[in-house]
Amino acid sequence: MAKELIRFENITKTFDGSSVLKDLNLSIHENEFVTLLGPSGCGKTTTLRILGGFESPDSGRVIFDGEDITHLPPNKRKLNTVFQKYALFTHMSVADNIAFGLKIKGQDKDLIRERVSYCLKLVGLEGYEDRAPASLSGGQQQRIAIARAIAGEPKVLLLDEPLGALDLKLRQGMQYELIRLKEELGITFVYVTHDQEEALTMSDTVVVMNQGIIQQIGTPEDIYNEPQNAFVADFIGESNLLDGIMIRDCLVSVGGLEMPCVDTGFGENNPVDVVIRPEDVELDAGGSGQTRGTVASIVFKGVHWEIRVESEIGITFLVQTTEHYPVGSTVGISVDPYNIQIMHKPSREDEQVFDQNEVPQGETYES
Amino acid sequence: MNRSRSRLLGVPYIIWVIGFTVIPIFFIITKAITDSNGSLTISNLTAIFDQLHRKALIMSVELAFISTVLCIILSYPVALILRSSHIRRKNIILFILILPMWMNFILRILAMQMIISNNGIINHVLKLMGMEPLKLINTPGAIILGMVYDYLPYMLLPVLNSILSIPEDIIEAAKDLGSDRMHVLTRIILPLSLGGVGSGVTMVLIPSMTEFVIANILGGGKIQLLGNIIEQEFTVSMNWNLGSGLSVTLMAFVLITSFIFGRHKEETAAGLAL
Repeated sequence: MAKELIRFENITKTFDGSSVLKDLNLSIHENEFVTLLGPSGCGKTTTLRILGGFESPDSGRVIFDGEDITHLPPNKRKLNTVFQKYALFTHMSVADNIAFGLKIKGQDKDLIRERVSYCLKLVGLEGYEDRAPASLSGGQQQRIAIARAIAGEPKVLLLDEPLGALDLKLRQGMQYELIRLKEELGITFVYVTHDQEEALTMSDTVVVMNQGIIQQIGTPEDIYNEPQNAFVADFIGESNLLDGIMIRDCLVSVGGLEMPCVDTGFGENNPVDVVIRPEDVELDAGGSGQTRGTVASIVFKGVHWEIRVESEIGITFLVQTTEHYPVGSTVGISVDPYNIQIMHKPSREDEQVFDQNEVPQGETYES
Repeated sequence: MNRSRSRLLGVPYIIWVIGFTVIPIFFIITKAITDSNGSLTISNLTAIFDQLHRKALIMSVELAFISTVLCIILSYPVALILRSSHIRRKNIILFILILPMWMNFILRILAMQMIISNNGIINHVLKLMGMEPLKLINTPGAIILGMVYDYLPYMLLPVLNSILSIPEDIIEAAKDLGSDRMHVLTRIILPLSLGGVGSGVTMVLIPSMTEFVIANILGGGKIQLLGNIIEQEFTVSMNWNLGSGLSVTLMAFVLITSFIFGRHKEETAAGLAL
C-alpha cells in the first residue's frame, strides 16, 4: 500500500449543539481516489471542509504528510478545492482565474502562461484563456474550476460534489475525465458525493458515512458485495434487507425459510440482517425453488424488469431480471448461497444510526 | 398580443415622464438659450465662466466630492464588518443604520443646525467645560456634515448589498488558492463591490452637487453653491433665463458624472430594494 498522506484522528465537530462528526478516524494514502459517500447531513462535506481548512474540529487532529495541520489556515495548505458551485472569480478572465494561485506564489510570467495553457489543455478547453467565466456553460465552468485547482500542483485535490450541478450525460462524461486526470496528475483525490453510482465508478476507496459516523471503508466491490451493515446495504444500490436468524454457520432462516449461505462466525440462533441484491433473486416460471410467490407488480426499467414478488414466507422481494413475468403469475424464488450477505445487527445504541423507515433514496445534495 | 399588453403597462410612466421631465426640460432649455426679450443668446450658458458662478461651481463640486468620499469611508468598513461578522440580526443593524431616512430631511438638517450653531449644544457643552466655543456653523465643513448625514444611507445600501452578495465560496476559493486576508480584500472583495460603490457614488454625488437647502440652513447664506445661485435667480432676482442657463450647464455636469458612474444601474435598484 502507498504511503499514508492524510490522517484524521478522533475528529469531532458540533454545529449549534448537534453533533456532525463523532470521533472520526480515517487514513488517506498517496495517489488514492477516496470518496466520502453518504446522504445529506452525514458529515461528509464537513470532513472535507476540515481538511480544506474552512472548519476547525472541536477536538481531534488532522495530520498531513506527517505534520499536524489542524489549525493551519487554508491558504497555507498544500491542497486545493473544487467547489460545488465552481466559485470562479467572475471579475477575471479564465486565464487569470487559473493563474490566481500561481501569481500569489510569485511565479515567473512566462511560466504562469505555460502552466495556464497546460491546465486548460488537461481539461480540454485549449484557447479559452481570454474568455469570461460567465460566457461559459456549466460544464465548462466546472472544468475551469478544476484547472484552477490543479494549476498550483497540489498534493491533494478536494472535490465537493463537483458534478452535482451538471446534467446526467455531462456528469457521466466528467466521471471518466476525472479518472483520467487523476491518472495523468498522479495526485490524491478526496471526493465528496451523495451519488453512490458516482462513488462506485471512480473511487479506489469508498468511505460510507451516516450521521457523522463512518459506516464502512472499502473498495467499491467490497462496499457493494459485502456491506457491513444495513445502512450500507441499503444506501449502496437497491437491496432486499431482511431480518433473519443465523441457525448455525452457513445456514440462515428468513421468515421461517432456511436458506444455505456461505457466512460463518455469527454464532447460533443469533438475529442478523440479511441482504439480497435484487439482481441475485432468481425466479422460475414453473414455481419450483426455495419458496414460491406471486408477482405483484412489474415495471420496465430499460435494461431489466423490476418485479415485486409476494412470497409465501410473508416477505416481498424486489427482483431485477431480464425475463418478463405477468402480474398474478406464480413463480419460484431461489437465491444462490454466495449471493446472501449476512450482517450483524447493531448492538450498541450509536451503531443504530439507520432508521429503516427513512430510506435515503432520491436524496438531494447538500448546499 | 401579450407584448402589446405589457407595453400598455408603461403608459402611466410615459405620461409622467413627458409631463414632469420632458416638457419642463424643454422649457428650461428654451429659457436658457434666449434672453428676457425672447431672442437667441448663449450668454446664459457661458455665464458659468463668470467668476462668481465659476467659484460656486467649483465649491459645489468640491463639497460634493468630499462628502461622497466621506460616505465611502464611513460605509465600506461597516459593510465589511457586517459581512464577516456572525451577527444573526444583520437586518436589525441595517434597520438602525437606515433609520434616519425615515425622518424628514429638512427636520434632520434643522436639528443639525441646533447642534452645531454658535449657541448650539456642542458649544454649550464646551462652555460648561470652560473651553472656547468652536466656529462650526456657516462653514463648508457644516455643509459637508449635513450632506454626509443626509446621503450616507444612499451610499451604505448599495455598498452593503454588493459586499453581502459576494458568495462565500468565492472567498473560500481565494483562500484555498493561497490568498491571505489582505489579498482577499484587494483582489476579490474590492473589485466585486465596485459596482455597488459606483451606484453609491451616483446616488450621493449627483444630489450633493445640485444641493442648496443644506447650504441655506447650515451655510447660513455665507457659502454659495451653484444650487443656491440658481435658486436665487429664480426666486429673488427673477432672472429665469440666467437660472435656466446655469441649470442646463449643471445638468451637463451631472450627465457627465452619471455617464462615468452610471454603468451600475442594476446595483442601485438592488440596493434600494434591500
